[in-house]
Amino acid sequence: MSIDELIENFEFFDSWEDKYRYIIELGEKLPPLAEKYKTEDWLVKGCQSQVWLVPHKEGDDMYFEGDSDAMIVKGLIAIVLQIYNHKRPQDIKSLSIDEIFNKLGLKEHLSPSRRNGLEAMINKIKFYAG
Amino acid sequence: MFDVMKIRQEFPILAQKINGKPNTFLDSGASAQKPKCVIDKMTQMYLHEYSNVHRGSYFLSEEITSAYEEARRDVQKFINAGSDSEIVFTRNATEAINLVAASYGRKYLTSADEVLISEAEHHANLVPWQVLRDEIGFKLNICRVNDDGSFDFSDFKNKLSPKTKLVAITGMSNVLGTVFPLAEIIAEAHNIGAKVLVDACQLAVHRKIDVQVLDCDFLAFSGHKTYGPTGIGVLYGKYDLLDSMPPYQCGGDMVDKVTYEHTTFDVPPARFEAGTPAIVEAIGLGEALRFLQNIGMDNIAAHEDELTSYGMEKLSSISGLRHIGQAKEKSGILSFVIDGIHPQDLAFILDKEGVAVRVGHHCAAPLVHRMGYESVARASLGVYNTKEDIDILCQAINKAKTFF
Repeated sequence: MSIDELIENFEFFDSWEDKYRYIIELGEKLPPLAEKYKTEDWLVKGCQSQVWLVPHKEGDDMYFEGDSDAMIVKGLIAIVLQIYNHKRPQDIKSLSIDEIFNKLGLKEHLSPSRRNGLEAMINKIKFYAG
Repeated sequence: MFDVMKIRQEFPILAQKINGKPNTFLDSGASAQKPKCVIDKMTQMYLHEYSNVHRGSYFLSEEITSAYEEARRDVQKFINAGSDSEIVFTRNATEAINLVAASYGRKYLTSADEVLISEAEHHANLVPWQVLRDEIGFKLNICRVNDDGSFDFSDFKNKLSPKTKLVAITGMSNVLGTVFPLAEIIAEAHNIGAKVLVDACQLAVHRKIDVQVLDCDFLAFSGHKTYGPTGIGVLYGKYDLLDSMPPYQCGGDMVDKVTYEHTTFDVPPARFEAGTPAIVEAIGLGEALRFLQNIGMDNIAAHEDELTSYGMEKLSSISGLRHIGQAKEKSGILSFVIDGIHPQDLAFILDKEGVAVRVGHHCAAPLVHRMGYESVARASLGVYNTKEDIDILCQAINKAKTFF
């Protein structure tokens, strides 16, 4: 699914309940992270839930695996990975996720006060991208 | 006559809709909302009565200095201290505890001593002692709470030794809601010659405090949890003890005589209030404490005790809900987890329903781990909360359960 398709899907929801159910579904579909990665080393700091992020290289591109013990957070991770995965590091660094989250109506989840780990995770992705 | 609906009218923010829903504010344990009288008083000070304190010999400075010192007497009355010279204004309770650690701790504690705290301490009453332990080399002992969240008095007695110089302990846990048996704790500690610092951040909001009856040596609480502004906290210390302590920070307003070679320091509390203080915030705090006293701390405690029992009972009817902290002596705090729902996910759904709770480790990570969790949800009650707030919380939790 492309980001445009995702945005289209989100436009379809007229209640927050439907939107959150869909986010939870996205989280359920996200392949779980291998247990060996669920360690302090891959933990993203500064979250109210546990968030793990593991970077990989694939030719010139990067992709990430992520997971969380919270389901809504995991769904949000699925969206973030959808946005960033299989891109070149320079594209990862220059990409404006705010705009996409705005279109998804999820801007509130990027606010630092949320401490849900998304902001920290995005910073970490950009850090791994160099 | 305690009338919660009348009290609610004093808090304009509660009338505001959150995500289109009534504002069900259940996070007063983190910071309480402010009554109009506090907001108005502070606005009035800035509009008509502002200048620096203890400085100019002109009308405005004299006016605000007397208002600032009047606020100190409001604090004195609130905790029934023997003298207003025993009240030090700090930035918050954290700074008050750090002040004791830095000043009293560095002067009086040695590597041969022990400091005793409890498992239920907020990081603010744990980390300063760990850091000081690493610097000085004293032993930091930690006494237990029971699995139900009650204070384990026999463990406390066991861990109290002739080497214990200081007991730094909470009056009321911000996670468990347990009210600690302070009078007995302080009496035991004094028997072996230890000093006692009470972290009264939660206690000051929910219970009447009398430092002369308690006989504690230090007591700290924050302004923003007692319905006052942020940026202001209180350290109470027995005068002779404060007078024997060196300054914490140095600068203006805390000195006696200054030459290029040498400085002598002012007496307490001025000695511990270096620089321009949070003047308007102190005055706002005084107003907040008067607001509480007009309602009556015993009336507030009775209201919150009733709400706490109601909340415990209502929450218990939700299947899969587990309470954290079920001590008999408990008030104001309802911590829980729901089987199969991460507290963070729960908070997302509650927020959409206009319900504000806090999730996480509540700045007491070791305690949350000791109770067997990584993260818990906490609904904390204030003077303005109602049974309806609890009902809305329970409905929202039941709604959240349909998502997972």
